[in-house]
Amino acid sequence: MPNLKQRRRAAETLRAILAWLVALVVFFPIFWMVVTSFKTELGAFTMPPEFLFTPTLENYREIMERNDYLHFAWNSLVTSGGATIVGMLVAVPAAYAFSFHPSRRTQGILTWMLSTKMLPAVGVLVPIYLIARQLDLLDSRIALIVIFALSNLPIMVWMIYTYFRDVPRDILEAARMDGATLLQEMTRVLLPVSRGGLASTALLSLILNWNEAFWSLNLTTTKAAPLSALVASFSSPQGLFWAKLSAISTLACAPIVLLGWASQKQLVRGLTFGAVK
Amino acid sequence: MSEVARESRRAGRLTASPAILLLLVWMIVPLAMTLYFSTQNYVLLDPDNRSFAGLENFSYFLSSDSFLNSLWVTLKLVGSVLAITVVLGVLISVLVDAQFPGQGVVRMMLISPFFIMPTVSALVWKNLLMNPVSGLFAWLFQLVGLTPINWFSDWPLLSVVTIVSWEWLPFAILIFVTSLQSMDQEQKEAAQMDGATPVSVFRYLTLPHLARPIAVVVMVEAIFLLNIFAEIFTTTSGGPGDATTNVPYLVYTQALLEFDVGTASAGGLVAVVLANVVAAVLLKVFGKSLTQA
Repeated sequence: MPNLKQRRRAAETLRAILAWLVALVVFFPIFWMVVTSFKTELGAFTMPPEFLFTPTLENYREIMERNDYLHFAWNSLVTSGGATIVGMLVAVPAAYAFSFHPSRRTQGILTWMLSTKMLPAVGVLVPIYLIARQLDLLDSRIALIVIFALSNLPIMVWMIYTYFRDVPRDILEAARMDGATLLQEMTRVLLPVSRGGLASTALLSLILNWNEAFWSLNLTTTKAAPLSALVASFSSPQGLFWAKLSAISTLACAPIVLLGWASQKQLVRGLTFGAVK
Repeated sequence: MSEVARESRRAGRLTASPAILLLLVWMIVPLAMTLYFSTQNYVLLDPDNRSFAGLENFSYFLSSDSFLNSLWVTLKLVGSVLAITVVLGVLISVLVDAQFPGQGVVRMMLISPFFIMPTVSALVWKNLLMNPVSGLFAWLFQLVGLTPINWFSDWPLLSVVTIVSWEWLPFAILIFVTSLQSMDQEQKEAAQMDGATPVSVFRYLTLPHLARPIAVVVMVEAIFLLNIFAEIFTTTSGGPGDATTNVPYLVYTQALLEFDVGTASAGGLVAVVLANVVAAVLLKVFGKSLTQA
């Protein structure tokens, strides 16, 4: 039946073309942002838009020279990295307890932990703001590290818990029989076998913290402000520097997009707590 | 109780308690403070003039037009983004599920917006695409002889919904595509052999298979969408008028623009109740497909 075969091939080609079209439309704003970052300020504003132009690195050079990008990038790195480390240090032992030493209350505690994510940030904005002000922690990286770590803690515990559940109990018990202490059991036996899961948990935490904006905008001004707040400062009317905005945005997003691409499979598992495989 | 069991319990308590204690403090202290502040006449600009207000803040906040409006804006925003991302997400995932050249690149492009920070996506859409004078959409409209739309003044909420949907569509696609990979291909082929049309394969095999991932997507997205803030802050600042002021943005204006701690706290508690009501409703509707593994 050559006719059927031909029709099938035509349908497949059509489908591939459609898929590419949809993907290009969805990706277009990101593509356009990167393109604009290589235009001059004047060129970024021109109508009709320039599709062919001589790319310039002027925007990137200027951002680097004014030194503000590096300052904000450093804040992003310290706050999201710091919060990830703090979160992991607390979440790993908790997930260990829930997976290997469960009690009757374990399921309840896990559910309760997740329910703290239902607490909208605005619900606690006023007290957190006042506490930070009282402790002289407004516009400080410490405050952001603590808040980021705590707000992601439930997700991290859950995610590591779903990975630990797959670790065979026997190897931990064998280590215990051989006289390993609690700390040795965790660092020498458990961590090496679950490296992949821990890495993707840390990655998800990094991504969420890096992109976070609510607390960054409300608790920082300049000293501790991360990139998401720097980008937001371009929303004021006097900030009509679109080529520079695009350049800063490209630099701010590139590392996270790359991380996201590299880890998409593990992210699904983490984001849905293994409910979707 | 055996020695081993006792030892296990001790180890479990020791390792779990830091996380439990920290989360307890993180939850209870701010909530208790919010509860307390919500009963106070407390304006940061005039902190000495503080007094007990009873339920005044609540009645003031709940009966104000701006609250009812923000509640309506919140529900419209969450509802339409959920509908758009789930429907388009399912269709696009089915589209890219088959083998074709460049499938990997297509998938990477499709999920990319999820990793863009909200402040960036909001400003890129606002300035590079939706700007009525020099945005790309304006140029496209002129190209086909239409008058460019002034997006953020004429269709403010639609503009915000568009941006937020663009950010969350990739999440739905990511989850659905993964789930489709675990679908029983033999069953599908058998159905096709028996002459099932693509539409009926979709209706009777694909959609039921996606019930659980759809439930997951709706739950996770709802939690995040109820908290949408950065996109509104950087594009419309809640305006024009209060057309895009959702509950989080309204509480923010009360707290950090008007320094009215009392009313903002009452509003914050209302937001907490709202989130829990939505979560309870969603669990009621979708809970079944979540628990049946």
